[in-house]
Amino acid sequence: MKQNSQKIVQWILIGISVIFFLLMLVLPLFEVIYRALKDGLESYGRALTASNTLSALKVTLIATVIAVIVNTIFGVIASWLVTKFDFRGKNVLSTLIDIPFSISPVIAGLAYIMTFGRTGWAKPLIDGINDALGTDIALVFSVPAVVLATIFVTFPFISREIIPVLYAEGRDEEEAAAMMGASGFTIFRKITFPHIKWGLLYGIILCAARAFGEFGAVYAVSKARGKTFTLPLEIDALYMAGSADSITQAFAVSSLLVGMALVMLILKSIVEYRGKMKDKE
Amino acid sequence: MYVEMKDICKKFGDYEAAKNINFGIEQGKLVALLGPSGSGKTTILRMLAGLEQQDSGDVMIEGKVVNDVPASERGIGFVFQNYALFRYMTVYDNIAFGLKVQKADKQKIHERVMEMISLIGLEGLEKRYPNQLSGGQRQRVAFARAIAPNPQLLLLDEPFAAIDAKVRKDLRKWLKEMIQKVGITSIFVTHDQEEAVEVADDIIIINEGRLEQMGSPISIYKNPKTPFVAQFIGTSAILENLKGFKGYDAVPEGKKVIVRPEFVEAFKSDNKKFAGMMNAVEEGTIESVVFRGSYLELTLEVNGIRLTTNRSLERRHVDIGEKMCVLLYRVYLFDDEGAEIRKNQLLKGIDIEAL
Repeated sequence: MKQNSQKIVQWILIGISVIFFLLMLVLPLFEVIYRALKDGLESYGRALTASNTLSALKVTLIATVIAVIVNTIFGVIASWLVTKFDFRGKNVLSTLIDIPFSISPVIAGLAYIMTFGRTGWAKPLIDGINDALGTDIALVFSVPAVVLATIFVTFPFISREIIPVLYAEGRDEEEAAAMMGASGFTIFRKITFPHIKWGLLYGIILCAARAFGEFGAVYAVSKARGKTFTLPLEIDALYMAGSADSITQAFAVSSLLVGMALVMLILKSIVEYRGKMKDKE
Repeated sequence: MYVEMKDICKKFGDYEAAKNINFGIEQGKLVALLGPSGSGKTTILRMLAGLEQQDSGDVMIEGKVVNDVPASERGIGFVFQNYALFRYMTVYDNIAFGLKVQKADKQKIHERVMEMISLIGLEGLEKRYPNQLSGGQRQRVAFARAIAPNPQLLLLDEPFAAIDAKVRKDLRKWLKEMIQKVGITSIFVTHDQEEAVEVADDIIIINEGRLEQMGSPISIYKNPKTPFVAQFIGTSAILENLKGFKGYDAVPEGKKVIVRPEFVEAFKSDNKKFAGMMNAVEEGTIESVVFRGSYLELTLEVNGIRLTTNRSLERRHVDIGEKMCVLLYRVYLFDDEGAEIRKNQLLKGIDIEAL
């Protein structure tokens, strides 16, 4: 009897979840693909190869790659610091890491404009650097601005994946290695890295997925279509143009983003699975 | 002295883990740091190793102050409580790690590792990973890994804590033999007095960050210097006073009394061996008889006080409720100042050890 009622609860919960997923996730995604292909493959191809789309794809990839590299380095350093050392303000630091999770991305973007923009306090500083080096770097309304905003938003993903692993592992093995005379770098390479390998890879995937899907923060600092727009911004622009043609194009570009997301999802599942298998060994 | 700690103090926030610790250890000795959990014994070991920094005082190894020498350069082998074997390395690579870090010659590394593996008797398991080994095997690998680079000092943090009781006994013997074979000065931390007594040449008793007493197991056992040691070592019953016990009239008020099973003798009234001591005998009633594997543990009620004694299985059968003659050879007296032995005055002149 008890078994039966448990079964019923189980099926009800499964039913609710499936219906929810269908309505909220699967149907809209199918809609995207359907709309993208509505006018045939030829116009789909044209939408994807439009110069604005290609430029947006390029900016997106640049921002993603740089964000992943920077955040991997920073994430590993920060998590190492937080888990392996005791120092004043450690809790503050570990809270700071999470800030991008709690602050709306738009605010992050606006904050960059306030800091580095025409009226921002850091503007003279950047001008000074540009004068001195003869460069022409702009930290707002430019590709570097898009990169910075993306880094900001995706900044906690990697450290959040590694920190629990490092905590769970404790310091014993590192101390043992240190007692035998291993240098900090050797300890990291031989002892710590094998532990965090899967967590790190998982974090990188999440970070990348988030990086090329980011809208709010990038929207605030990127205004030049065909130059500094990322894919999500390009999609928005196409959609906002309002003509039947451009809306179809918007869906075509969207399908590209969905495809990239699916690839990431599959990679993530593989990494998760392999990580689990590794642990079982 | 080969290893010395001088006036070592260490605080973690408000918690004093070491209060003015002083001791010295001779080369080649196997020493136990014994104390209840939270007594600061592990902290002392970690300060010796350089894994913790003392607030004040000097750590000396081979006559040199090593306060500023990092853990990695102190030349110390360390066996961690949970072994801390490198999970992602094989037994071979675990043992080879210290030698590889020292950039030893490949052939030499191989020879040394194989020597270690045969020393610990794990031939054929060198390709295994730590999680494919039993607790006892892991312990052996941790030992081999610690001594492979030929350290001058071996420190072990609760080396038997993570192993089940049956294997622990064998492993204790094994470890003692190994350490004697290698001839390395060793210090291990334990909370288990049986372990300390069985394995160590010398015991250092630590309580609440203070060094209570240092000495050979037998001297600590026979001559506890502080109330803590008197209570901590051996199984003992603590009594408020000895009122009414023959031969202890001169015991001052206000001192507490510790009675160990071996201080108590219980025999039947017709036992001729004790005929000369009948003037010191109290009458006791057996309350319980517990079989302890190789002896019986008797609990007797004497003058309203419960005393425990051990009885050889070779002696005559006794029953619960039986009246016995009870002798109290000696007791420990202690107050906040210190502890002393008090012998039964009525047994003066009788050679109890010859019984």
